[in-house]
Amino acid sequence: MTAIDPTAHLTAEQIEELGRELDAIRDEVIADRGEKDAAYIRRVISVQRKLELVSRGVLLFSIFPPAWLIGTAGLSVAKIMDNMEIGHNILHGQWDWMRDPKIHSTTWEWDHVSPADQWKHSHNELHHTYTNVIGKDNDLGYGIMRVDEDQRWHPFHLGQPLWNFINACFFEYGIAAYDLELGKNLHKRRRKNPEFRARARAVGRKIRKQVLKDYVIHPLLSGPSFLTTLAATFTANLIRNLWTHSVIMCGHFPEGVQVFERRSIKGETRGQWYLRQMMGSANISGSKAMHFMTGNLSHQIEHHLFPDLPSNRYAEVAVKVRALFEKYELEYVTGPLPKQVFSAWYKVFRLSLPNKKPKVKKPDRGQELVAA
Amino acid sequence: MTSAALRSRAWKLLEMVTTPLLPSDYLDLVSPLRAGADLRGRIEAVHPETSDAATVVIRPGRGWRGHTAGQYVRIGIDVDGVRLWRAYSITSPTDRQDGRVTITVKAIPDGKVSNHLVHRTKPGTLIQLDQATGDFVLPETKPAKVLYLTAGSGITPVMGMLRDIEFDDVVLVHCAPRPQDVIFRDDLHELVADKKLRLIEVHTDTDGRLDIGRLDALVPDWAERQTWACGPAGLLDAAEEHWTRHGVPERLHTERFRPTIAAVGDGDGGEVTFSTTGRTVDADGTTPLLDVGEGAGVLMPSGCRMGICFGCVTPLKAGTVRDLRTGEITEAEPGVLIQTCVSAAAGPCDIER
Ligand code: FES
Repeated sequence: MTAIDPTAHLTAEQIEELGRELDAIRDEVIADRGEKDAAYIRRVISVQRKLELVSRGVLLFSIFPPAWLIGTAGLSVAKIMDNMEIGHNILHGQWDWMRDPKIHSTTWEWDHVSPADQWKHSHNELHHTYTNVIGKDNDLGYGIMRVDEDQRWHPFHLGQPLWNFINACFFEYGIAAYDLELGKNLHKRRRKNPEFRARARAVGRKIRKQVLKDYVIHPLLSGPSFLTTLAATFTANLIRNLWTHSVIMCGHFPEGVQVFERRSIKGETRGQWYLRQMMGSANISGSKAMHFMTGNLSHQIEHHLFPDLPSNRYAEVAVKVRALFEKYELEYVTGPLPKQVFSAWYKVFRLSLPNKKPKVKKPDRGQELVAA
Repeated sequence: MTSAALRSRAWKLLEMVTTPLLPSDYLDLVSPLRAGADLRGRIEAVHPETSDAATVVIRPGRGWRGHTAGQYVRIGIDVDGVRLWRAYSITSPTDRQDGRVTITVKAIPDGKVSNHLVHRTKPGTLIQLDQATGDFVLPETKPAKVLYLTAGSGITPVMGMLRDIEFDDVVLVHCAPRPQDVIFRDDLHELVADKKLRLIEVHTDTDGRLDIGRLDALVPDWAERQTWACGPAGLLDAAEEHWTRHGVPERLHTERFRPTIAAVGDGDGGEVTFSTTGRTVDADGTTPLLDVGEGAGVLMPSGCRMGICFGCVTPLKAGTVRDLRTGEITEAEPGVLIQTCVSAAAGPCDIER
């Protein structure tokens, strides 16, 4: 909630017109969705699987340093692809229209410790509906950080650069805890809630399977390369976590992104909802490879406007969306990854301290004297 | 430990290696037709039969259990990226040497799948398959005299029968608009030349629709024959009435491609909840729940989409639905299954999808 509302110059009619123009962009893509898009996601899935297979195969010999390097790099990329371009987007229902039960938001499971259905609820429903609404969208700081001046400062926040770093390293666990609303549910009374316990058990099962696979089975299969394979999978998970955390921080944290008050979304119209998504998200600029490795979340603004359009179409949609930003004189927040990551981290640091008191103007002695 | 138990242990271990995927997800990359995979097929060729019909040659996966002449198969094929399921009669004989099966498809106006199969499918395409089913089949003991009564693409299951079993005395009465519209015309005439078949072609463009009363003249001993009839509802309705009137209804076996959808009172529809997916939408009383679900992005199983294949059955957990063919109302009860392709909401209801 910056002091100046960057959308103040728009009339209610203009906002609704903007909504209609965005709807038109969406309809165009939907009408044109087809065989090429289906072929795209199938190809990505097949490349990811082959890359993972080969990398795991190479890691069987990870005792040799070149094999370790190649295998770890390949596995990191495979895991990133699985979570970003494939998992995140399928779980958004972007590919449900294909009616392929194997590539469907209701059946997909990903290489992540948060079970897909729990993540879908906290991410697709809560975060995407209440984007950047303080107190409603827990993605704002994941409940452990202060990301806006208007949030009350607490001494706990002094440590938030550290919390954020730890969260980045173990991001998938952070997400799982967050999907479980662990903070809130660990209170004595809630802990016993059977619904919470069932969900916690599901997370436990998923963690067990993931850990067993990465840190027991594959190292064991590697025989003499046990330890090096263990190190390799740990490294791949770490790289994947740092990468996804960075990409996701860039989506809503950089300077220039707006947050909203709870009461501002009461009775929100479609146009206003769209506008909030536009002002509450930020993009990452870069090459095709860059967009791919972020799962096209580099097009965060477009993704938030149209969370269920196939990710491979965001690039073309972005051109039209950007033109609308210009038309309505709104700021399209974007920048290269390093800049956006820095901006987001800077905010984390800045807001770990209490707000600076607005300067009270002290009377100017000299002037007074002159006046006297 | 038995070898089966050992194998299942090994499989469990493999699952731990590939989690959260399954070993089959990786195997499918290299060998989608292998034994143990979900049943699929590969289209190897498409041969035109008439200007709007073609025979599709399919190499089924290892799990294919074969078929009985006259049965149909459900196939799932991606058209413009969307997987669509339809049912087609199998037209190949059961003992085909190379293990391939064929379906013969007539492109119907606006038919998404049929036009795709007839005009646009390329060899090499992978499709999804179900096992063959259907009870439009011949009995174990050969009847002495047989009559086939078909129209249009109703010839397809009958062609499967003709190619499969020879009878001493068999007559086929087939209706099509013009001679060039007769699917399998060459094959049929070959059978005639070999004295294996007596064929009566009715060309409806010149002769008009077949009046069932003419059967006495065309096939005087029709009532003594075991008859298999397949074609549009009008023909089958007339046949059923005719056979019943002459007191021999048990000699008539029919297969309906298009059930008559009775325009039953348009009902009010209601709010439909797809409880597994957690989606809720308003539906009117005339749109099949299959369409309602697909419109809402719910993964709905389907097949013929006209009430014959039962590929779309789904538990009805709460509320009431109306059968669009009969108007019959079905209420939710434990274990109640409905065919979503021919059922519409009759008030709020909850579908387990
Ligand atoms: S889809 Fe065939 S019966 Fe419903």
